[in-house]
Amino acid sequence: MENGFLFQAIIYLLAAVVCVPLAKKIGMGSVLGYLLAGIIIGPYVFGFIGEEGEDIMHFAEFGVVMMLFLIGLELEPSKLWKMRQMITRVGLSQVLVTTLAFFGILYFMGLGWRQALAISTSLALSSTAITLQSLKEKDQMNSSAGRNSFAVLLMQDIAVIPILAVLPLIALAATSDVDLDHMSPIAQFPGWLQTLFVFGAVILVIVSGRYFIIPMLKLVAKTRLRELFVAGALLIVLGIAFLMEMVGLSPALGTFLGGVILANSQFKHELESDLEPFKGLLLGLFFIAVGASINFGLIGENALMVFAATLSILLIKSLILFGIGKVNKISTDQTLIFALGLSQVGEFAFVTFSFATELNIINAKTTEILMAVTAISMTFTPLLLLFNERLLLPYIGTKEKEEKPHDEMDESNKVILAGFSNYGSTVGRFLRANGIKPTILDSDSDRVNLLRKMGFEVFYGDVTRADLLEMAGAREATILISAIRNPETNYRLVTMVKKHFPNLELMVRAKDKREALELLDLEVPHIYMQNLESAVRMGKDVLIKMGFRAHTVHRLAQDFIKYDEDSLVELAKVKNDKKAFISTVRKSIEMQENLLSFELNKRFSLNDHAWDSDTIKEGEEKNKE
Amino acid sequence: MKNILVLMAHPKLEHSTVISGLTASINGLENVQITDLYERYPDFNIDVQHEQEMLFGADIVVWLHPLYWYTGPPLLQQWIDLVLEYNWAYGHKGTYLKGKYLFNAISTGGSPEAYSATGHHGYPLKEFLLPYKQTAKLCNMKYLPPFQIAGTHNITREQLNHEINKFKALILHLRDSPNLSDLENLPFLNDFKQ
Repeated sequence: MENGFLFQAIIYLLAAVVCVPLAKKIGMGSVLGYLLAGIIIGPYVFGFIGEEGEDIMHFAEFGVVMMLFLIGLELEPSKLWKMRQMITRVGLSQVLVTTLAFFGILYFMGLGWRQALAISTSLALSSTAITLQSLKEKDQMNSSAGRNSFAVLLMQDIAVIPILAVLPLIALAATSDVDLDHMSPIAQFPGWLQTLFVFGAVILVIVSGRYFIIPMLKLVAKTRLRELFVAGALLIVLGIAFLMEMVGLSPALGTFLGGVILANSQFKHELESDLEPFKGLLLGLFFIAVGASINFGLIGENALMVFAATLSILLIKSLILFGIGKVNKISTDQTLIFALGLSQVGEFAFVTFSFATELNIINAKTTEILMAVTAISMTFTPLLLLFNERLLLPYIGTKEKEEKPHDEMDESNKVILAGFSNYGSTVGRFLRANGIKPTILDSDSDRVNLLRKMGFEVFYGDVTRADLLEMAGAREATILISAIRNPETNYRLVTMVKKHFPNLELMVRAKDKREALELLDLEVPHIYMQNLESAVRMGKDVLIKMGFRAHTVHRLAQDFIKYDEDSLVELAKVKNDKKAFISTVRKSIEMQENLLSFELNKRFSLNDHAWDSDTIKEGEEKNKE
Repeated sequence: MKNILVLMAHPKLEHSTVISGLTASINGLENVQITDLYERYPDFNIDVQHEQEMLFGADIVVWLHPLYWYTGPPLLQQWIDLVLEYNWAYGHKGTYLKGKYLFNAISTGGSPEAYSATGHHGYPLKEFLLPYKQTAKLCNMKYLPPFQIAGTHNITREQLNHEINKFKALILHLRDSPNLSDLENLPFLNDFKQ
């Protein structure tokens, strides 16, 4: 359909705005929502978008690049180094075993070794976008499934380099009339020079991170123009991506590396919040494009074959992943999440398949079918995870609820504690030490198993699900404590509880002031800023070391905490007056400024004259005069 | 109708029968405000401004507390230290409490006889309360005799209920009676006639 740009944009945005909340409402996650939106506006349902879907996909792949940059920012080099074993043990074995398995099957099905190799390497890769997004939404990034998935995805990104390098070699062996234009610009150089370029580029990224990017950001930050900083951030990502494409490396891998290098810099958080919306939109667009690119016509003609292929690919990949998980002693639940989460064929396959077609390794029709299989397998992932969460996990592995003798189950606990990480466990231990046994909810199966062994009553699953809370006795309980770290999970939990269990009094942990403000907006009555008390306590000790008397400092600290919490309420009022959208960074900077100016206006001293004879002496002297 | 402010201080109210009984008997009465000091200020961080506002609105102030080591619990002393500020409660400009009534309502483990010159504790209760009396005087308040429930270790439920009812009647009397000057000469407020 030929339409103006505005109309196109409206179609995309409208589809996303309608489908994503709907999908989330029925618990499917945003990825599936975007995919559905894509299918609906795609050529086979409403036909709002046609062939250009693929172009959009290439453009939107940039969201994946940005996502990896942001992931890199979160991962300091030391952390990455700690992961090296997981990357090689879990990641490398996944890539090798899966490739080998598919190669074997395809070869015995009668394909030539060239085609078999090209296809099997592509099929071995999984979708970073879909897997990470889904895991994040399920709050599983820090569980062993999350960490292992990440290691595998990282290894796959590294594997892209040799795959792209090998494909032309296979092609050269097959035919000689290869169109060199479509290969990386350095392909015309001899092999050793290419290798040199590749290493040169990587070193350039590392060196320029410290000696060019950070000085540039400092310069830009000085201008105090926010949009310029956004421009700078985009420039970094685009620059690295371009450099990587020049030498034939994966742009995602390059920007990931760039992110890791900048992870220790002072601009980490600004970069994160500046790029976050771009990443989100582009990823959304990418998923829509995947949905739209599913060729239902072709699937219709070869329905049986396409679905059989998709299912067997999903099955083989998850079986191999399951085996790897088990060999590495990951618990059954976590392995299931890990195996099903990574079972799809990744977005990178779109690239390799078209590349392989251009190189005449595989023919156009096979490519079409493989692309359809890839897209369908991606669409299946959120469904598989949903199936796993609702139907599989409750029966295998860690149960949502532990079967216990009846007498123990009868007493319903008055307090529900969601999240049993460091913070939650401290709250829980303190309560238990005083005879209050909270019902615990947690989404990390390893932790749940450990807690159960220690005799805690724990419900396992996504804490934002109303039915799980219901099962945990939310109707009879009086207090719900949320000790969850992730602000989005917290937000979902609070809104869900307000809607379904108005009887529960909410006591919520807030990661920082920004989250506390959001919770204030939701009218959460009790908000606990997680670092406030410990930070003030530290300041207290400093003052004591500087010669202040301990009791005076203690009282000053009490005042300060009260002041800090009160000023947050004030800030919330100020914030609500301005209806205009202020982006997150600016908000937090503005908040800091406001707080500091409040503090300057208030002279910090104790508001009483107890145990203090100076005022009495002064007063009496005035009296005499 | 006068306003009565009861400042109740008990560090372990959940284990108390006398103070909690007295508090419960007057809870919710019209024009009677009760501040549970240990519940409101567990960290001794007293909101001075708020307490002064409460005092300002009251005609009669009651310190309701057990007697430990011949004095009130430490939070009551903290309250006195912080709230009764120079040039607010006392001093040249400190006129905000002038003319208000004040008394201690006290539970003691020892019997009434123990608090006498010949008894176990060697002095009458009034002498132990001297600092409170003089505090009231410094603030230009009228200090009334104490209300005492004595011998709380051996008290029977009946006796206790009797005393509690008397306390409630006293509070109502203080609230509603226009003239309180006859109370000032009683040995204990327990002896008041309705």
